[in-house]
Order: sequence, then C-alpha cells, then structure tokens
Amino acid sequence: MHMADALLSPAVGGAFIAASGATLAFSAYRLGRQPDERRVPLMGVLGAFVFAAQMINFTIPGTGSSGHLGGGMLLAILLGPYAAFLVIASVLVVQSLFFLDGGVLALGTNLFNLGVWPCFLGLLIYRVIVGRSLQGWRMWLGACVAVVVSLELGAAGVVIQTMLSGRTDLPFGRFMALMLGIHFPIGLVEGVVTAAVVQYVWAIRPGVVENGRGLSESAAGRGALAPVVISFLAFAVLTGGVLAWFASEHPDGLEWAVAQVRGGEHTGAESPVPALERLQQKTALMPDYDFPRRGEDPSAPAGVADEAAAAIPVNVGTSVAGLLGAAITLALTTLIAAALYRFRPRSRDVSR
Amino acid sequence: MTVLSAHTLDRLGYGDTVIHRLDPRGKTLATLVFVLTVVSFPKYAVAPLIPLALFPLTLMILGEIPPAAILKRTAAVSPFAVLVGMFNPVFDTQPMAHIAGMTITGGWISFASILLRFLLTVSAALALVATTSFPRICQGLDAMKVPRAFIVQMLFLYRYLFVLVEEGTRLKRARDLRRFGGRHGMGLRVAASLIGVLFLRTYERAERIYLAMCARGFDGHLRLHQGLRFGPADALFVAATVAACTMLRFFPVVERLGRWAAGWT
Repeated sequence: MHMADALLSPAVGGAFIAASGATLAFSAYRLGRQPDERRVPLMGVLGAFVFAAQMINFTIPGTGSSGHLGGGMLLAILLGPYAAFLVIASVLVVQSLFFLDGGVLALGTNLFNLGVWPCFLGLLIYRVIVGRSLQGWRMWLGACVAVVVSLELGAAGVVIQTMLSGRTDLPFGRFMALMLGIHFPIGLVEGVVTAAVVQYVWAIRPGVVENGRGLSESAAGRGALAPVVISFLAFAVLTGGVLAWFASEHPDGLEWAVAQVRGGEHTGAESPVPALERLQQKTALMPDYDFPRRGEDPSAPAGVADEAAAAIPVNVGTSVAGLLGAAITLALTTLIAAALYRFRPRSRDVSR
Repeated sequence: MTVLSAHTLDRLGYGDTVIHRLDPRGKTLATLVFVLTVVSFPKYAVAPLIPLALFPLTLMILGEIPPAAILKRTAAVSPFAVLVGMFNPVFDTQPMAHIAGMTITGGWISFASILLRFLLTVSAALALVATTSFPRICQGLDAMKVPRAFIVQMLFLYRYLFVLVEEGTRLKRARDLRRFGGRHGMGLRVAASLIGVLFLRTYERAERIYLAMCARGFDGHLRLHQGLRFGPADALFVAATVAACTMLRFFPVVERLGRWAAGWT
C-alpha cells in the first residue's frame, strides 16, 4: 500500500525523506565499494522486471479476487540488500511519476515502508530460516515469514505516518487492526509466490540464485552480514523514529511559523520572520487576521474573539466572506487558465 | 496498471514548448516547492488550496498537454488517500459550517481538503513528467548530485520498462489464450512459473546488454550527457513559483478577496 502526498504533513514527509535518503546513500556507497560491472545492467533491467511481473496476475486462493506480485522480497533474495534497495527505490520513483502510486513527497515514506523492511530485516529472517538449502519446507516458511513480517511492518508504518500527519480522523486502533488484517493474507500469498519463483529459477539456473547471494556482499557471507544489517536497521529506525517524534511534537513546523508571521494565535512569542511580519503589517488591508464575523459584538475584547477563533478550527468557511472568497478564487483561477489557453504561444511544428 | 497511457505520458515528455525547454532542475525544484506548499496547509483548508491549481494548469496549458490525458489518468486510479479520507465524514461529525440551511461537518471539509490535495499533488507530478520526460529529470537530478549509481539505475530501468512490460504482457496473453476463459491456469503455480521464466529471460537479457556495452567500450562508468543550462528563464520560473507559493501560503489571499467582495456588495 503506497502512502500518498495528500495524507502527509511536511514534517513527517521530510523526516522519512531524510531516513530513506540516508539509507539510499549508504546502499549506493556499499555497492560502490565492491564495483561489479555486470551488476549495472542487471539491476536496471530487474527494476523493469518488477513492472513486467506485475502484469502477470493470478487468482488469490479462497477469495477469488485477482492479485499480483509486489516483488520487494524477491529482489532482496536475488540481489542482496543494498542492490535490492536501490532497485526498489528506482521502481518507486517511476511508480510515483507514471502510475500515480504515492507522490513526490511520499517517496521517503514509501521507500521506508516498502524498501527498508524487506531488504534488511526481511532478508535476514529469510536467511536465518532457510539456511543453505533452497529445497523443502524451510524455503516456503522462510519466504512467508519474511514477507509477512516486512509487509506488516510496512503497513504499520503507513498507519503511524498517517496518524502523525494528522490529516485523517481514523481511530488509531481500528485503522491499525484493519491494515494489519488486510496485509496478513496478502503477505502469505506474496511469500508463497516468492518462494515458488525462487525455486523455479533455482531448478533451472541454480547459479543465478547463488550468484544473487554474492552479488552485493563480500564473500564473507551471512555471518558477517547480520551485525551490519542489525546496526544499520537500528540506525534507520532510530532516525525515522526520532525525527517523526520531533515532528509530532511540533505537528507542523510551518504551521507554527505561519501563525508567527500572521501574529494571530501565538501572541507574545518573537516572530521568526520579522521582516515578513513588517511587510504583512504594511500591506495588510486589515491589520488583524481574524475579522469579526456577523452577529459578533465588535466591542468584545480582542482576546475573547481570538480564543473563539482558535476553538473553531475553521472560521473562514463558515462566513459569507469565506464562501465568496472561494467562489471568486475559483472563477479567477479558471479565468486565468482560460486566458493562458487562449493566448498560449504555439510550439514550432515538429513533424512527429 | 495502465501501461499504454504511461507510454503516452512518455511521448508527451519529448515535446518542444516553452515549458519543455525549461531546465529540468528548475522544474523539479518548483514541483517540490509546490507539493510542500499544498501539503503544509492545515487539515481543514479547502478554499486557500484552490488558487494553487494554477501551477499544474499553467504547466499543462503552456506545455500543450491535452488535459484529457491527465484527467483520465487521475480518474482511473483508486488512490489510497481517497480511501482513507472517505472515513473522515464518519468519524468527525462536529458541525463546522452552515450553508443554505445545511450543516456541514468537519469530516466533509477535511475530506474535501484531502481530495483537493490529491488532485493538486498528483497533477503536479504528472505535469512534471509530461513536460520534462523521465530521462531529462534524471539528468537534472544527476546535476544536483544525487548518487550516480541511483541515476544510472533509474535510467536503465526506464530504458527497459516498456520492453519488459511488453514481454510480461505476452506471457500473460499466452496463458490467457490457453485457458479459454476458464479458471484453470489462473493459480499461483502457473503465475510463479511465468514470473520465473520472465526473470530468467530478463537475466539473460542483462547478460546480453552487458556484453553489448563491453563491445562499445564500457569500463564500469557510465558517462551521461551534460547539456544542461540554467538560464534567466529558469531562474524566473523558479522565483515566480516560490513567490506565488509563499504568498498563497503566508497571506490569507482568498479570505481577503472574500471580505473585499462582501464589503463591496
């Protein structure tokens, strides 16, 4: 499930861009330490492979509805953590720009939810359970547990990010239960398909799967990977967690700044942008932001009016002026767009 | 997933208009500023978001992007945001406005705000691709010092995106032709085998690509075309976007207009 721009606050979006960006830079750095010319085209083409694999739909047993592969865990198993993380990041960028999955600002949260968990934690779980042999029940169990755990953590991430952003009124508990419940069967199916694909590839070209293991890590193998991955994961979660906590302490940094600039609610505090405030006072037709609504006693003390305004989150939409403003803006916006359309400069006709 | 329209979107990116000729760095930056502005409005903001529609509209109109193409794409997706936002009217029933005798609850207002945010952010991202083309965006990001490994990754993915999607579609078509509309063959086993086949073909394709690159002198480093120029037009574009976003965010423009009109009538 992709997080969307529309549900994010700038602080939460920014915090996760920082966390995911750091992970991305670290992955690129780790890959650069073991340059492998062959890997460059392989990773690129496997990014495109995810989109192609998603074309092949299947019936989900039990429900009869149609589903398709997510592919994150498959990439992690076949490519190793760092290369897979880079590939997932590129897939998410294309999805956000071409397929409207998520958004530009939501890229950080999506990369965290759908990339960090399968590539680092999920892969570790998979390797611990599966061990050396790719045959038998351990393979299926390993893939299923790894996918379910990383998918559920990703789903929980979506809930937490939505809640921290404060754009919805869903109750936390019910939203969480719903998301975790939906993603459990999805994870099981994805795990089964992932295991089946890995076994299929292993049966036909065993070298590919085993190569995948060594593609982005040193020959030291699993034992050396675990501490790196765990410490790194701790770092990533901590970064995201601390930043998100900070973000929720100041739900909207910009919000607060705006209040300062407008000089409305936060009286007494020093404005962070004094120049803007002065400009505002000079240009303002009405010196105060809140204008008296109809039926209100204009002689009432300013403090009371301010408190009343603060109690009602929206006071613009309630008044006639607010509606008029919206209507006029809508008309103006349409008018400007129409004018642009009418008088747009024509491009030179390129024969195409 | 509608790949056909992704193809249309790709074609649009290679046009030659005022907007297409702008530097990709400036456009990417402006889009980011715009999205941040939209997202930063408080939960119940609806009216102040309206004038922001001018940003994607300007890009599309001056970029000669047929609005139908964008609208169809936006309408086709069933976005997570709308799904989640739909619950707001259920849980937030605090009355907030009275319009023509009807009471509007806060939930409906915040839902409308989420819908507007969705439309604005999505259309801005679409307008960016449709007026810039993905390779040019990557080129701009490269000039902005995003790790080269990631840029190369995105360019490679994009180069083979349509090729491989076509291959996936062929596999799916082959399966569908052999099941005669029945349910047999739609199971996980067959799908997993098909995906396995697709993976192996992809893997072999990567090997061929690598050999072809070696034959053309590939030495582990990809050299990207560096023909970007950030001219006065780009500076003006970015400055105008930032100025407009700042003004609409920090000053209650819509409200002022409404008050002025209310006093005038």
